[in-house]
Amino acid sequence: MKIVVCIKQVPDTKGGVQFNPDGTLNRAAMLAIMNPDDKAGLEAALRLKDQYGAEVTVVTMGLPKAEDVLREALAMGADKAILVTDRVLGGADTWATSQTIAAAIRNLEYDLIITGRQAIDGDTAQVGPQISEHLNIPVISYAQDIKIDGDYVIVQRQYEDRYHVLKAKIPCLITALSELNEPRYMTPGGIWDACDAEITTWGRADLKDLDDANIGLKGSPTKIAKASDKVRKGAGEKVTLDPDEAVAYLMSKFDEKHII
Amino acid sequence: MNKMNLEEYKGVFVYAQQVDGELSGIALELLGKARDLAKDLDTNVTAVLVGADVKGLCDKLAEYGADRVIVVEDPELKEYRTEPYTHALASVINEYKPEIMLVGATAIGRDLGPRVSARVATGLTADCTMLEIGDFPLKPLPNQEQKHNQLLMTRPAFGGNTIATIACPDNRPQMATVRPGVMQKIAPIADAKAEIIEYNPGFTPNDNYVEILDIVKSVSETVDIMDAKILVSGGRGVGSPENFKILEDLAEALGGEVSCSRAVVDNGWKPKDLQVGQTGKTVRPQIYFAIGISGAIQHVAGMEESDVIVAINKDESAPIFDVADYGLVGDLNKIVPKLTEAVKAYKASKK
Repeated sequence: MKIVVCIKQVPDTKGGVQFNPDGTLNRAAMLAIMNPDDKAGLEAALRLKDQYGAEVTVVTMGLPKAEDVLREALAMGADKAILVTDRVLGGADTWATSQTIAAAIRNLEYDLIITGRQAIDGDTAQVGPQISEHLNIPVISYAQDIKIDGDYVIVQRQYEDRYHVLKAKIPCLITALSELNEPRYMTPGGIWDACDAEITTWGRADLKDLDDANIGLKGSPTKIAKASDKVRKGAGEKVTLDPDEAVAYLMSKFDEKHII
Repeated sequence: MNKMNLEEYKGVFVYAQQVDGELSGIALELLGKARDLAKDLDTNVTAVLVGADVKGLCDKLAEYGADRVIVVEDPELKEYRTEPYTHALASVINEYKPEIMLVGATAIGRDLGPRVSARVATGLTADCTMLEIGDFPLKPLPNQEQKHNQLLMTRPAFGGNTIATIACPDNRPQMATVRPGVMQKIAPIADAKAEIIEYNPGFTPNDNYVEILDIVKSVSETVDIMDAKILVSGGRGVGSPENFKILEDLAEALGGEVSCSRAVVDNGWKPKDLQVGQTGKTVRPQIYFAIGISGAIQHVAGMEESDVIVAINKDESAPIFDVADYGLVGDLNKIVPKLTEAVKAYKASKK
């Protein structure tokens, strides 16, 4: 079985957020990690590999430094890594991103594609389902359990108040929740090997069946009108009192402001 | 993107999500917002209702603001599945050409929206918290046409650290998923009627149709926390599922409900439908108690619109205190039971 896992290098939100003058994210200025939901997706793929045998290929689109998360994925146990990077692909929204990644995946053989549910920078959860549409294969979003049954996958698909057990024909795209599993650590041997492993790099010219009208900032139907740090309401009163005094303080506030 | 004739696209459409034959709250919230937008654009509001036996819901959609309902009914649409529902909504869009298409940012909508937007080849803005009609670019720029009457979609990103306003100036429909609990539904208009159009694009199963083997509903005797006026919310600091008893006692004394943070759900202490935050529910009660909750940005994103926030935490540097109106630094095990007694005494004194 061949599994393609889409991963994204994302800014660690603890490091602060910075923008370019055109309103797009200044990714170069921020600390970078593997997106947590994607890591759960990778772990799910590696567990399928352990259980059923599989070749796991990780794909990322990003700046050249996104190679770091590919090496991390290789050190965790992925077999191959592909970096899709080109200046003309930059500034893409989810439409243009999904078009580009779908084109990259068309270069590969796959039975299963796993993406994270959403990335912690954009929080859109859109790219996975959009890739599946471009490839015309079924999608199962919000997976909390994945099993293989012959030519089918059996997946628990989470909703707010229930889950569905779904059976889909392979090939299929699955978006993974971070609740799916606890990702493994890189092994020392894996890290050693990953340092020297070859990473395939694809630019625009390597992506076939992709219209220039659908890539990068220009090919993105959504445009940023404005972006800014969120203005939060300030902190109120904070007191450190013994429990009786604390309760009395709070009750006096409730009474004064007619809160209860 | 290919050039579209934007003039053909008219009206504000809402995906009227239903589950088990009941309209989801988000459907009515979206109708409320759609009326505002339609007024600004001098157009009307259409609800798109998709399911197996759902025509009976049309009157309610009319009462909450739909001028027209397009009903897509088919046995293949009994339960939500991505492919037939995508086919239904994408076919409606291609046939009726809305200028705006709103979908709830629910577990259904965040699957349906992206797949539909990719099929009809337009942009989609995720999880919006504000929608308005305005100009794009916001201010006139040299060498760029300023377009009027655009849908400006505002959404948080980076787990709520930033907000961005997004437009979709060259493609139609302008599509957004909208966070539940943020938009206001209107007071229902009794006996309102909508024009009803039945439409079936034909459903032929193919490999994209998945099979539902089982449906497992989480057993829940709780009310929807999004409707609660008072929420007593617990986090990892509560320490154990048993210890939630002291929060339940406080909630009962106040006439409120118990909710929780993601850590509590991840630990299996409480069901997912009680979770507040970015991957849970957005709530805006009159009082929100954050007890033993550190206040990760993803949690704050789901409760910061509450009228009054009370935080109780032993860690005085916990970020929850940055958004709390009243912060008590101390041991929740000592403070909460005393607070419950004080609330009971207070209420008794007011009778």
